[in-house]
Amino acid sequence: MVAPTHNVSSAAAFGRAAREAAAPRRSGALLPSLAAIPLESAVWAALHDVHDPEIPTISVVDLGVIGGVRTEEGRIRVELLPTFVGCPAINVLQDAIAERLREFADDVSVDVSFAEPWTTQRITADGRAALRAAGFAPPSTDETVECPYCRSRNTRIENIFGPTLCRAIYYCPDCRQPFEQFKEV
Amino acid sequence: MTTETRRATRQLIQPDLPQFDASGLDPVLRAAIADLLLAMADDEFVVGFRDSEWTGIAPMLEEDVAFSSLAQDEIGHARLLYQLRSALTGEDPDKVAFHRQPNEYCHARLLDHPRQGWGFTIVRRWLYDTADSIRLAGLARSSFAPLAEVVAKIQREERYHLMHLNAWLERLGTRPGKPRGKVLSALKQLNPIATSVFAPLSNEQMLVDAGVLSAPMVQLAARWRSEANARLCALNLRPIPEGDPAADGRDHATPDESFVWLWNEFTSVARLEEGAEW
Repeated sequence: MVAPTHNVSSAAAFGRAAREAAAPRRSGALLPSLAAIPLESAVWAALHDVHDPEIPTISVVDLGVIGGVRTEEGRIRVELLPTFVGCPAINVLQDAIAERLREFADDVSVDVSFAEPWTTQRITADGRAALRAAGFAPPSTDETVECPYCRSRNTRIENIFGPTLCRAIYYCPDCRQPFEQFKEV
Repeated sequence: MTTETRRATRQLIQPDLPQFDASGLDPVLRAAIADLLLAMADDEFVVGFRDSEWTGIAPMLEEDVAFSSLAQDEIGHARLLYQLRSALTGEDPDKVAFHRQPNEYCHARLLDHPRQGWGFTIVRRWLYDTADSIRLAGLARSSFAPLAEVVAKIQREERYHLMHLNAWLERLGTRPGKPRGKVLSALKQLNPIATSVFAPLSNEQMLVDAGVLSAPMVQLAARWRSEANARLCALNLRPIPEGDPAADGRDHATPDESFVWLWNEFTSVARLEEGAEW
């Protein structure tokens, strides 16, 4: 079996072409060839089975960390966008994704990319619901943060740093519950 | 190869991301970019280990969590910058991070002082973070695309660090008596060396001409001083004195005693067995 490789290559590292290549892309913008489309949809569906190792209710697709999928004959390339640069779950996710996709191709590579920075806006509506179900407040969309337990908006921040890089600690005086929020980046 | 074997053979710092084709780069420019990346990576690496010294002994639980988080962020940034450099030089980033002698590191001398107390840590951290944010801004539109991408990501995380350090500087700096006294004495001790973050780099003008860096370090230092002093003056604290960054701000020919101590700590596991696999 071929081990997945973790490399990102771009032809031009320098100059205008590279700047254009680095411009923000939409999710899934790595263009598939026509024949590869059914396989690509199967890969996206399978990626829904891979979950965040720390928040098992949310899939990598809903978390928005899949930058794109490219399929060729016998080869799948997935672009992974880390939530935080120092996130220790990156390698776990690379392995889990490669493991899940091995049934589709012998050659699976999961490449970390910073070409498009992951932001909390990439979390889908399903992803936000999944975070809430696990007891985490999703990133806020206005000035307030909603308590995932009683949905009160009368909450206050306790620490902008939490148990992992991506979470902050809040307190809800209405239901007297401390809770964690997936913080905006 | 099984997942287990691959994990076992994985190095603490992976040499395999991100990669790009740097063969078209002028060798002198390539070396200059590599030096810039090493200076930044060493800064983040050393400050990250300094932060981690507070894990378990910070003055309150929240700060234990916060400084452990800061440490993890900074060491993560260092890892990425060492990897980026590795794509230019071919050097194993793991070796660069853990297998150099203390006199081969090139972090800013601001980061040499021992941890000392909480007030000292806050002031040093604030001076470094404000300087780092100006340096990152000077690289955000870098013509060297892989660096511009990484900087965009790092900036989003550093925003939280700065927010935290600004709050602490204000909390300690405006409280009369011991807290403010600690801030004043730390500023007195650190102000003269704070510009070391902007110590001139090799072939710096070439980096500026190629659009890798937006302005020479001396200009970035002036920009930083004016922003940092506005904040210090608002809190009625001692401003950073005028003066260009000293040429030896990253020179460790005779390594500082406290850095040698830190180096012994952070390389201790790597030195246990030469060639060990992580």
